[in-house]
Amino acid sequence: GCFVFKPSTKKRRSSEKTAHDFRSRSDDSEDTELRFVTCQSLWTQIKSETEQIQEDLNKQLLDNLVNFLSRSHSEFQEKTTEWTCRMKFREIPTAALVLGVNVTDHDLTFRGLSDVLQDNVTPYIALLEAKDCPGIKNLMQKLMGQLMNCDVDVDSLEDEDCVQVSQNRIRCSMSSLISWYESVTKKTDSETPSKKRNSSSRQWQSPPVVVIFKDMESFTTKVLQDFIVISSQHICELPLVLIFGIATSPMIIHRLLPHSVSSLLCIELFQSLSCKEHLSTIIDKLLLTSRFPFKLGGKVLQVLINIFLYHDFSVQNFIKGFQLCIVEHFYSQPLSVLCCQLVDVKKRVYSLSHDQCENIRRLPSFRRYVENQESGKQIALLTYDSFLKEETEKLLEDLHVYHENYVSILRCLHVLTSSLPKYPLGKQIRELHCACLENRVWETEEYESSLQLARMLNKTDLVTMLQQCVEILMSSSGKEFDKTVEKLKEFLTQFQNLEEASQERDVSVSSQKELQKKTDLYHLQKTLLELKESRRSKKLTKFETLRFEVVDYIDSLVRKYLVPADDRTLHEIVYFNAATILRGHLNAAPRTALHTALNNPHWYLKNQALKCDGGGISNKAPDICIVYKLHLECGRLINLVDWLEAFSTVVMAAEEPNADAASSDQVDDIIHARFIRAVSELELLGFIKPSKQKTDHVARLTWGGC
Amino acid sequence: MPNLEHPAYPAADLLHLESLVPCRESQVSMLLSIFGERQQFSFPSIFIYGHTSSGKTYVMQTLLTTLQLPHVFVNCVEYFTSRLLLEEILIQLQSSSSDTEQTCPVHCDTLNDFVRLFKQAVASRELQDQTLYIVLDRAEQLREMEANILPAFLRLQELTDRNVTVVLLSEIVWELFRPNVGCFEPFTMYFPDYSIGHLQKILSQNHPPEYSADFYSAYINILLGVFYMVCRDLKELRHLAALNFAKYCEPVVRGEANERDTRKLWKNIEPHLKKAMQTVYLREISSSQWERLQHDGGEPGQLKGLSAHTHVELPYYSKFLLIAAYLASYNPVRTDKRFFLKHHGKIRKTNFMKKHEKTSNHLLGPKPFPLDRLLAILYSIVDNRVAPTANIFSQITSLVTLQLLSMVGQNDQLDGPRYKCTVSLDFIRAIAR
Repeated sequence: GCFVFKPSTKKRRSSEKTAHDFRSRSDDSEDTELRFVTCQSLWTQIKSETEQIQEDLNKQLLDNLVNFLSRSHSEFQEKTTEWTCRMKFREIPTAALVLGVNVTDHDLTFRGLSDVLQDNVTPYIALLEAKDCPGIKNLMQKLMGQLMNCDVDVDSLEDEDCVQVSQNRIRCSMSSLISWYESVTKKTDSETPSKKRNSSSRQWQSPPVVVIFKDMESFTTKVLQDFIVISSQHICELPLVLIFGIATSPMIIHRLLPHSVSSLLCIELFQSLSCKEHLSTIIDKLLLTSRFPFKLGGKVLQVLINIFLYHDFSVQNFIKGFQLCIVEHFYSQPLSVLCCQLVDVKKRVYSLSHDQCENIRRLPSFRRYVENQESGKQIALLTYDSFLKEETEKLLEDLHVYHENYVSILRCLHVLTSSLPKYPLGKQIRELHCACLENRVWETEEYESSLQLARMLNKTDLVTMLQQCVEILMSSSGKEFDKTVEKLKEFLTQFQNLEEASQERDVSVSSQKELQKKTDLYHLQKTLLELKESRRSKKLTKFETLRFEVVDYIDSLVRKYLVPADDRTLHEIVYFNAATILRGHLNAAPRTALHTALNNPHWYLKNQALKCDGGGISNKAPDICIVYKLHLECGRLINLVDWLEAFSTVVMAAEEPNADAASSDQVDDIIHARFIRAVSELELLGFIKPSKQKTDHVARLTWGGC
Repeated sequence: MPNLEHPAYPAADLLHLESLVPCRESQVSMLLSIFGERQQFSFPSIFIYGHTSSGKTYVMQTLLTTLQLPHVFVNCVEYFTSRLLLEEILIQLQSSSSDTEQTCPVHCDTLNDFVRLFKQAVASRELQDQTLYIVLDRAEQLREMEANILPAFLRLQELTDRNVTVVLLSEIVWELFRPNVGCFEPFTMYFPDYSIGHLQKILSQNHPPEYSADFYSAYINILLGVFYMVCRDLKELRHLAALNFAKYCEPVVRGEANERDTRKLWKNIEPHLKKAMQTVYLREISSSQWERLQHDGGEPGQLKGLSAHTHVELPYYSKFLLIAAYLASYNPVRTDKRFFLKHHGKIRKTNFMKKHEKTSNHLLGPKPFPLDRLLAILYSIVDNRVAPTANIFSQITSLVTLQLLSMVGQNDQLDGPRYKCTVSLDFIRAIAR
């Protein structure tokens, strides 16, 4: 969920066990073992890729920070005798690190940061979280604990005396921290420089001590103030550097700290990449590439992006969601064994079992394909496994080629559409990608209007666009694009010739184009209509004809290559399309689930006796369900006596009517007890609470249903 | 000239002391007369108060060190529990007495122990013939420790039966200290703020060696002219003086003006100082950034201050939740129906107008609202249907951790939690765009 602090994710179950889980559902004819292995290797690949991407994205930020940290104290150490340094108040160097609104994602950044710092600047780093530091005392304890432990980590040889220190109850005060620091730095000075790995950090006499406040917003004002005041008094003996992790805006520093305290700090601001850009990069590198055989369907991608944009802004969650898609796909789709690199496809296709071949025949896209073949081939496909395998291999290769082409042409189209005013097909490439995945993009209105806009582009834009397209196509791995590139280059030379031929005439034309380009969508239609009129009457200029040619050519490319994946045969093998399952997993609705469970127990219990249709209340349902259904019929305040009456009526309905008659006014003790228990269960679930207005009533806490 | 005079101390020391504490001569001589001679018992406790940087700590420290009076100096913010505080006093006592033997860790949990250990420490130091001074800086923290700490320190002389004087330094008046059960009244003493003349004198004292005292004092004069209105903190002023001095000297270094050319120098520095007041002084940009800017000769405009980055990117629904919370906080409940229901009845205008509050709701501050109301408003302001998923609820909690909302009353979660919106109208306007 949004910046919820999730408990650390469970360790992946050991490989044998998971493989077994894959298998337990179906017999082994469906290559479960292989599927599991493929899934794992694919995920490790993707994981390392994402880590690489994130490292690259954070590099700039981390470099700046390291720069800042290494600069912060050296100044004072170098020229302590100078007048300005003596006169200046010695402030605590502080980095305000604005990391965006999702707190869970910060962990990764901080981990990267502390690794980098450990290698480059200082071994003394403490990470503090607000939940561990309700008071200054806890903060100091935590700080000292981390610093002194880190000493153990780095200098594992000097274990003994460090352990001794931690065994004694250390006085958690600044003075003991200072004496620790002095002893540690003295020790490192006397060491031989070649001894340890991080000799680079030893280049200074006294490496700074870095204290990172992970979630600045959650710290209480008092703790922060006290800590800053204390440490500013000892800044000369203990070179502290603070790093504030900020989720909202740096204004929070001024809100939390009064001027008397913030004047003790020397704050510099560092801003991380916005999470939207981060996501774009991830999508660009993970999804819009033919490196990975696994693909997300349009709806699924939409679900993931929606969760990101609407709820949490968490790139980590997006990647987790992607992981879930992979696991779910390999688990539920027996044919996903073929979702592998192209080099392995052949071997795997030929080792398919008969059951798997039947699975292929059952695929809707494959059936569609079969129906379009001539009858002889149809029979062959449906009866001979070997023929089917040959055909499958060919189809899979086609699919692979389709992907390669798809990505390149998508990028070209994006170059075109992202330069149009108002972005009818979306500003980001992910929007375009979703649009293309879901349906034939050339049938949509947005596409139509963007082509019309493209027909009005001026020459410079058009030329730069074409050049970009050429670059994209040249760098793509697809083999089919030689001709396309040639064609585009031809267009470019034609434009050039045009320029040379008619320079003076062009002036008037382009000025007219400029005018048209500035118009907005509303005026566009009008101009278009006028254009149509004029087109009939006036002969087009050379430039205009050429422009039409270019746009038409791009249109033809789009129609050829950007076919939605659903239309491709065997797309089920590599595309994961179960959006509803994913939504159920990632965007859970606890309230709805609870209502379903209580209102319709059959849904979860799968007991035939509980199956009921209509609004009736079955007496076989669990007590809490009966009570729940009865309470739905009540208003805000519920009379307990009436409720009990209704409950006993429902419960007794099945029993013999004569027994009922005997004690009609006296409710059975057992039923009474059952009722009380059910009501208290409802209270525990938060549906009702005791009311102070009337003693024999309870108040409903939910609305609806009545 | 009230020269410091005291028969017990050598005149040279007193003269040196006087040069170190400019503008505080009268307070020092007062303290000296209270202290008396080394072996004489002094007043049991002295309470000194005055504004930030009116020289309390500095004067006490210089006085005690120059005259070499035995003393212990402790900051109560740093030693935040009574145990730490008491132990620190004992450690300082021990370490100053015997530098040969290793100080053994002291354990002192209660005042009773403290008195016992204190007697031991004093005995081992053979200090019976001299007054020992215990200075507790930022003494207002003592009020937050155990109730017996402050009264005990006030009559420590009596409790330990030793020649000891406790000096409390604080920024607040004694009346706010006095426990309601009563205690020994200390001798209170006020350190008044430095006047502009005092500041000028003190700041001019430390001129850089390369330039003459007159030149620097002219600079200080200009500096005070700009900053005296907003800042009287000596430390801060000295910091600012050091930061901007390089800029002041620039024309002299370049040879465009000589040291006497005050007008030219003033023209050069004045706008610069004004800019500094808006940026460095408020810590919008840091001092090191400011220095670098000066060095490169760039315009401060290119560097955006902290407050310039007010924009917060929020997820779609978080934005709506925050807007809904704002509406719930500042709109009265009875207008909800009118604002958020499609088919509200006709409002009886006269009735409504009569009741209309005179004061704006924005002046009254945010009011708490229950969760239900927040969600109801959310559902009505978001165009499409919102499923009450776990993600929505978790966003409310995360808004609380980001301090954009705050929870009112820490009662049971099931019992209908109440929230308050803590952001300003400007912030809401920015995210609503």
